[in-house]
Amino acid sequence: MFLSLTLTLLVLCSGTATSANRVDYDYFKYHRMEEITKWKSDMVAAHKDLVKLVEYGKTYENRTIDLLKIGFKGQNKKIIWMDCGIHAREWIAPAFCQYFVKTLLESSKTDPKVELMLRNMDFYVTPVLNVDGYMFTWTNETNRLWRKNRTPGSCGCFGTDLNRNFYSNWGTKGVSFNCCSNTYPGQGPVSEPEAQALTQFVGNISDNVLAFLTIHSYGQLLLIPYGHPEVIAPNHDQLMEVGLAAAEAIEKVHGMKYKVGTSPTILYPNSGSSRDWARLQGIPYTFTFELRDNGTHGFLLPQEQIQPACEEAYSGAMTIIRHAHQEAFSRAPETAALWGPLLLMAMAQWSLGCSL
Amino acid sequence: MQCYLMIIVETEGSEEEVMETTGELNPNHYPAQRAANAARHYVNTRYGSPYKVFMLHKVHSGNAEDVANGRKYQLEISFQEMLSNNTYKGSAEVLYPREGPGSPEVKVSCAELEAYHKTQEEEALYQKLKTSVSMLSAQELPDSHGRIEPDMEPLWSLGIVASSFIMLKESTEDTLYNMAQVGSVTQVFTETVELKFDYLVLLHDMVSQEIIRWKLQFGWSPLGGVKVQQMEKIPHRHT
Repeated sequence: MFLSLTLTLLVLCSGTATSANRVDYDYFKYHRMEEITKWKSDMVAAHKDLVKLVEYGKTYENRTIDLLKIGFKGQNKKIIWMDCGIHAREWIAPAFCQYFVKTLLESSKTDPKVELMLRNMDFYVTPVLNVDGYMFTWTNETNRLWRKNRTPGSCGCFGTDLNRNFYSNWGTKGVSFNCCSNTYPGQGPVSEPEAQALTQFVGNISDNVLAFLTIHSYGQLLLIPYGHPEVIAPNHDQLMEVGLAAAEAIEKVHGMKYKVGTSPTILYPNSGSSRDWARLQGIPYTFTFELRDNGTHGFLLPQEQIQPACEEAYSGAMTIIRHAHQEAFSRAPETAALWGPLLLMAMAQWSLGCSL
Repeated sequence: MQCYLMIIVETEGSEEEVMETTGELNPNHYPAQRAANAARHYVNTRYGSPYKVFMLHKVHSGNAEDVANGRKYQLEISFQEMLSNNTYKGSAEVLYPREGPGSPEVKVSCAELEAYHKTQEEEALYQKLKTSVSMLSAQELPDSHGRIEPDMEPLWSLGIVASSFIMLKESTEDTLYNMAQVGSVTQVFTETVELKFDYLVLLHDMVSQEIIRWKLQFGWSPLGGVKVQQMEKIPHRHT
């Protein structure tokens, strides 16, 4: 009887091991859309208490746009938004979103601060926004450098630049109205189903969104709003400060330098970007990440660089997320921490007869 | 090591930006960065080889002014050689012509770069390709996954160097070029001293985000460097 009991226990243990929390997946290879789709449902199955799949739209070719919602059950939670793959050829971006999800879940088990964040906030991560475009880049070598979505244009070419299609100063800077151009902003603001899906979904939750991170490549940049050279975000200084802290965190990982600034100063003016739209909704921390490299391989980043690129970007993203979280959830303790020394200083000055 | 790089960049009347485009430049902002990138292309045309490719490491300072025949940038730049990771610091002058099309005039003066000698690897590659019975050919360097066969890496590097002639020629204050990919390389039989190649290269202009394809025919030898014989832009494909 004792023997059979032991056997039963053994069986139970091995059963649990195969189904719980371990998704067998190579995060350091590029994956075609079908593999990413399977990975999403595997993650949901392996982390039932923490991960849900939320569909929020369809692409032009009628494919599903969905995200992984990660967090412990709760009411009125604050939100961190991350999307990858708005531009089809930037393969390192979807790779990063997948890595981000895995690493966040792993550290939730070992890092109480991360666990707290998942209690206070939900992370909404879209591994591939421009599904049609991404799949197009996998069809053959000649299509590898495609950027836009796959809506047929009215002038004989395909595709709209989704990151020029949002309702934020649409069609004014950094666009070409030639539908063959890679910065064609579409027939009108939010004309594209992919942009509509994001606009609708995030628009409904924007009051609760603390940070909006949109992931691209290449260039090693952290870009803050706005794309228009004459429009400045009300919290510009704060965005720069947090951005610089993130760049510093990135450099600590593998020594890579990321520049921080507005698009018009660091890169080029543009309009209709998702990040600008998000900032206009009132979301305070909106950043565009341009990941590795600096132009040596550009869009064709070797797979050996996926791991270091993801590790450094994770560090940068978490710097911003931690800051946003701290601001929303630790206000009292933060202020209390300040008052102590301030009061002491004031008392010292008063007793010494000097003025502050 | 002090390098003096002069890039002469001419600009048409360009749109007013609310940031410094004349006078003292922020070295991290795009005007200095674009001019420095043009300087980098010049350095590659002059000193590049299958085993020596220069990337932009850092722009230390920059200054731009309107001059009689165009727009002149003066820059302090560090370049980084891709294989060795050595950095080379110097100054550059870039003059973009004011009227009509035309490549920027670049001046670089850099003692360490000028002390260039052909290397053993270059000589070995040259001999291997000169004496080989079959003509080398390859496609897509890197491939979709960013992979380049180790044997093909020098041909990829050579592609960057040769592309630099085009990228320099095409550089303006409104462009930022990198070579995205070698579409194909074919060695062409020749009885001259130099090796001869036909390349199809895909260039990425960061500002327009376009991929522009060019055909190139050029000669290369360790002592002679790259000598471009023909270059031809391929019209945009409609897909």
